Amino acid sequence: MDALIALLENNDIFTPRTLLQYWGGLVTTVQLVFLALLIGGVLAVPLALMRTSSKVWINGPVWLFTYVFRGTPLLIQLYMIYYGVTLIEGIQESIWWVIFEGAFYPALIAFVLNTAAYTTEIFRGAIVATPAGEIEAAKAYGMGWWKRTRRIVLPSAFRRAIPAYSNEVIFMLHASAIASVVTIIDLLGAARNIYAQFYAPFPAFIFVGCIYLVLTFGILGIFKKIEKHMLAHLQPR
Amino acid sequence: MGQQDAPLIATDIHKRFGEHEVLKGISLEAHKGDVISVIGSSGSGKSTFLRCINMLEIPTSGDIQVHGETVKFRQTKKGERLPADIRQVEKMRAQLSMVFQSFNLWSHMTVMENIIEAPIHVLGVDRKEAMDRAEEHLNRVGLWDRRDYYPAHMSGGQQQRAAIARALAMNPEVMLFDEPTSALDPELVGEVLKVMRGLAEEGRTMVVVTHEMAFAKDVSNKVMFLHQGKIEEYGNPKEVFNNPKSERFKQFISPSY
Repeated sequence: MDALIALLENNDIFTPRTLLQYWGGLVTTVQLVFLALLIGGVLAVPLALMRTSSKVWINGPVWLFTYVFRGTPLLIQLYMIYYGVTLIEGIQESIWWVIFEGAFYPALIAFVLNTAAYTTEIFRGAIVATPAGEIEAAKAYGMGWWKRTRRIVLPSAFRRAIPAYSNEVIFMLHASAIASVVTIIDLLGAARNIYAQFYAPFPAFIFVGCIYLVLTFGILGIFKKIEKHMLAHLQPR
Repeated sequence: MGQQDAPLIATDIHKRFGEHEVLKGISLEAHKGDVISVIGSSGSGKSTFLRCINMLEIPTSGDIQVHGETVKFRQTKKGERLPADIRQVEKMRAQLSMVFQSFNLWSHMTVMENIIEAPIHVLGVDRKEAMDRAEEHLNRVGLWDRRDYYPAHMSGGQQQRAAIARALAMNPEVMLFDEPTSALDPELVGEVLKVMRGLAEEGRTMVVVTHEMAFAKDVSNKVMFLHQGKIEEYGNPKEVFNNPKSERFKQFISPSY
């Protein structure tokens, strides 16, 4: 503890004030990523089911959505939403402006749509990979479409999707750094401010890089636990 | 003999895949306690027939009656035949448990979960009761100590016995077996046949598509031999095997080596 205080007193950059800025950035990043993953993940479930439909009018629009959002850079999507909403006529006089005035919600919307697109395709792959025999067994035991989906297809698909989905979570965490270009003070935003104050790129960016690294390993650790528990049926005994 | 006595009646079942007619009018009447073996070479249509019975394949024509209730069909504009009421089909399937060649246990569930799944979520049995009953069935097939295993952690024979326990848990009118031992090592076939023989002796109504001639001969009380989508030979196994009328069946049962 003493060493830490001594360290904080003996340098200009890592002062309690800048650490507080980093802390604020961390909170923003975690909020953004967590909300985006939560909302995007919930959206992805029905979208993935629609995507597996054999009817073109159900599966087509979802295909287009995932195609566009996976086919263009996230930064462009963020610009389109952040600058685009201001072009909607009358929005600045409407109650919606409270939400869209700041950068947080436009960024959140961009992240939600982006992660929803990727997650939809991850879930779709997992749903399609459900062994045909297991679905047939569910039919043969009197389950209708919805019951089969809810009891057999989705539980088994979600488990299969876990390894690929953990990559998406990490990708989202790292991609969230671009929120800093639309004035959001997330982790990278805080680092940029501190860099600008002291003109010391290395301490500022290496420190924030380390925080991302720790977050990433935390996420990996959590997913390892989840996999061990949820994928027990696929592991050798 | 009233219809009450025949939990399953299939009448004049035809099934066509495109130009190819796989089933050319097959009828079957299963009375309570009947064990009917359906035999025939590959491509004779025996599995397709079994799958038509519980509508995993929709018969091109013909009727299916389960416990006195006839399955209703409708015709689409394109002339395709579909079940008129999918609820009715689901209800009917729940009375005909099927045991598959490749087991088809739900891989993300333990043996116990596999067994209680359909009773709870299809029949609406409460969990406690479903588990009590499942324990009985597990004992019956000799897998009580494996109840918390996942399918992938068991041998084929154990998986198939678990699948039989899952079928029993529905308390079905008729059990359908689709080549239940064909995917098993020769060593494991015996343990599954033993369980099936036990079920037959207990008076379960069973329709068994099989290649096990010994089972057809000794355990079943009726044998149906299919050839090119038609019934070529049908009757009591002793008569059929000792006195075959059809040339094709004679060939089929005589060893070729």
